[in-house]
Amino acid sequence: MLSIRNLEASYGRIQALHGVDIDVEAGEIVTLIGANGAGKTTLLMTLCGKPRAGKGSITFEGEDITRLPTYQIVRRGIAHAPEGRRIFPRMSVLENLQMGAVTVDPKYFADDLDRVLTLFPRLKERIGQRGGTLSGGEQQMLAIGRALMSRPRLLLLDEPSLGLAPLVVRQIFDIIRDINRQQKVTVFLVEQNAFHALKLAHRAYVMVNGRIAMSGSGAELLADAGVRAAYLEGGHEAPPPRPAPEAAP
Amino acid sequence: MASRLASKSPAATLVKDSAAAALVAALLALPLLGFRMTDTARGLVLDYRFPLVLWSAGVVFAGRLLFTLAGAAIGRRLAARPPRAAARRWPLSGGRGRALAGWAMVGFALVLPLTPFGDRNLVDKATLLLIYIMLGWGLNIVVGLAGLLDLGYVAFYAVGAYSYALLSQAFGLSFWLCLPIAGLMAATFGMVLGFPVLRLRGDYLAIVTLGFGEIIRVVLLNWQSLTGGPDGVYDIKRPSFFGLPFSAFAPEGHQTFAQFFGLAYSPNQRIYFLYYLILILALATNLFTLRIRRLPIGRAWEALREDEIACRSLGINPTKTKLSAFAIGAMFAGFAGSFFATRQGFISPESFTFIESAIILSIVVLGGMGSQVGIVLAAVLLVGLPEWFRDLQLYRMLAFGGAMVLIMLWRPRGLLAHRDPTILLADHPAPSPADPTAPSEVSP
Ligand SMILES: Nc1ncnc2c1ncn2[C@@H]1O[C@H](COP(=O)(O)OP(=O)(O)OP(=O)(O)O)[C@@H](O)[C@H]1O
Ligand SMILES: [Mg+2]
Repeated sequence: MLSIRNLEASYGRIQALHGVDIDVEAGEIVTLIGANGAGKTTLLMTLCGKPRAGKGSITFEGEDITRLPTYQIVRRGIAHAPEGRRIFPRMSVLENLQMGAVTVDPKYFADDLDRVLTLFPRLKERIGQRGGTLSGGEQQMLAIGRALMSRPRLLLLDEPSLGLAPLVVRQIFDIIRDINRQQKVTVFLVEQNAFHALKLAHRAYVMVNGRIAMSGSGAELLADAGVRAAYLEGGHEAPPPRPAPEAAP
Repeated sequence: MASRLASKSPAATLVKDSAAAALVAALLALPLLGFRMTDTARGLVLDYRFPLVLWSAGVVFAGRLLFTLAGAAIGRRLAARPPRAAARRWPLSGGRGRALAGWAMVGFALVLPLTPFGDRNLVDKATLLLIYIMLGWGLNIVVGLAGLLDLGYVAFYAVGAYSYALLSQAFGLSFWLCLPIAGLMAATFGMVLGFPVLRLRGDYLAIVTLGFGEIIRVVLLNWQSLTGGPDGVYDIKRPSFFGLPFSAFAPEGHQTFAQFFGLAYSPNQRIYFLYYLILILALATNLFTLRIRRLPIGRAWEALREDEIACRSLGINPTKTKLSAFAIGAMFAGFAGSFFATRQGFISPESFTFIESAIILSIVVLGGMGSQVGIVLAAVLLVGLPEWFRDLQLYRMLAFGGAMVLIMLWRPRGLLAHRDPTILLADHPAPSPADPTAPSEVSP
């Protein structure tokens, strides 16, 4: 569905991605984990056309989207819930969801809204509230819900667990699984929270300094000693069920 | 200030604070008031007026003292008030109340010329006020909705005014034909300005638009052959009522407005007609804004103001969105400009200086960035009141500045900062909005 080949991207003279290869097949949840500053956000942003890929290619459903402007990429069926949620703070929850549907035929709006509100009953309770006054977890739900309103076939999520309490993190990850299974949306998930992400994902990649260092099924990486040492609480034998505390970037 | 008062010896701090203010005042007053050149028979003589310097220091000392004490007293009073009362809503902040206030204003504006105090002078001033309200509503699309800080809005007003003036003179076109052309011209200029500044935001955008506004004025000033330069354009065709002129005598073979309707001629008729004309134009601007906020393009403007990156990742084309905001905002300035030209009968670059842009922007900001009723209130405050108090001469501007400072202290986010959602679910009405200056907390 999505294939990234030898992708390079840089900010001015600083190169952030050095030849990245990633494949995402339809129906999968694929996760990308890595330390702070590894280039995960950069990869998602490059997928969306900003910054531009310096070298390499991005193909989505057989079409080369490497040079398309961002708004065109999104219209191909890719939704991006960017890092830090970026909801519209002065607009109501409903208006935020409505903004997610700008590229979609209005006749689907009522149904899609229903589906998203069923997925996030919390948002239904707060439908008229201003986005900026939602709690962090609710804002994350809104960001995901807003992305779903564009009827994507591929959903890009950038650190949905950022700054959330363990219980809410688990809730969000359950919902991501539901989105993937019930709504048949392919998910590409970027995470710091390696334990939860690897447990959820069918396949996973590890990024180190702008390169893919390792890849495999979620279970394989979860069992890998190197991965455990680097990303799972300093290599405890059995990863405790609670996620590592997040460091805000 | 209040916290400092609460420190160890409040009286001493207070006196020290006031003394410092007095010292500053004295230092400033020394060169400004302390010396004066007088022209006497013996030539220029330097006068010393040191008592005046002392006086001003004394006044500042006392003023500062009183101000601080009053501030502390008000602070105590507010703190003592029960919390419920403190959180009471500003009467116009709710959607219902605001709509009601809006309709009341429209009703009042419609009957104003018929009321006993609606004399010629007042209606004329109300016309001027309505021009500013219309300009405020137009700029609100750019600044309030799309969040693009535009300091050169008056340029589009000028484009509209000159378009009408020159077109009607060169081709004898009527006002109603020129109106859309003037709007179109202004919108085109809006796009032309929009292109180079698309990547800019905030301060940088403000600087470039400021420059653009000045460029237009300087071009008008120097393009003698077309615009008449500093002399401006004279004898601009006055408006007619569907071809019926508002004059005492009609040209050969025509009728005047008064003759056609069998009325006695009165110069007031034109004034009243102009008033209703601008009222219609302004209301059309308002109606347009209210409608477009509910359409995808209007929502995209507001979303763009909130977060450009999020907009892009939702499939919105920011280039198109920004350009359309610039163009449509400019179009309304163009309409207002051609009205201005037909009302004045004479225009020159002097009417389109930066201060006009500044006043219009102040109206939008004081009104509460995006609030239609707020803009009316701010226009009344900033344009209406100074007009009525013209007799006070120079103090007018002092009061203007003072009012501005007070409003920003009292309502830092504008008179009516609350924003109504453009869409509600039937079974989930919006929760009643809390005080806009203090967003309500939400339990997680
Ligand atoms: N706009 C930018 N300009 C310059 N350098 C940038 C910019 N954005 C990111 N970088 C740099 O690119 C590198 C990769 O950053 P990126 O945001 O992709 O990391 P990340 O893997 O998402 O990290 P985190 O997990 O902390 O979010 C970092 O070294 C960062 O400093
Ligand atoms: Mg990141």
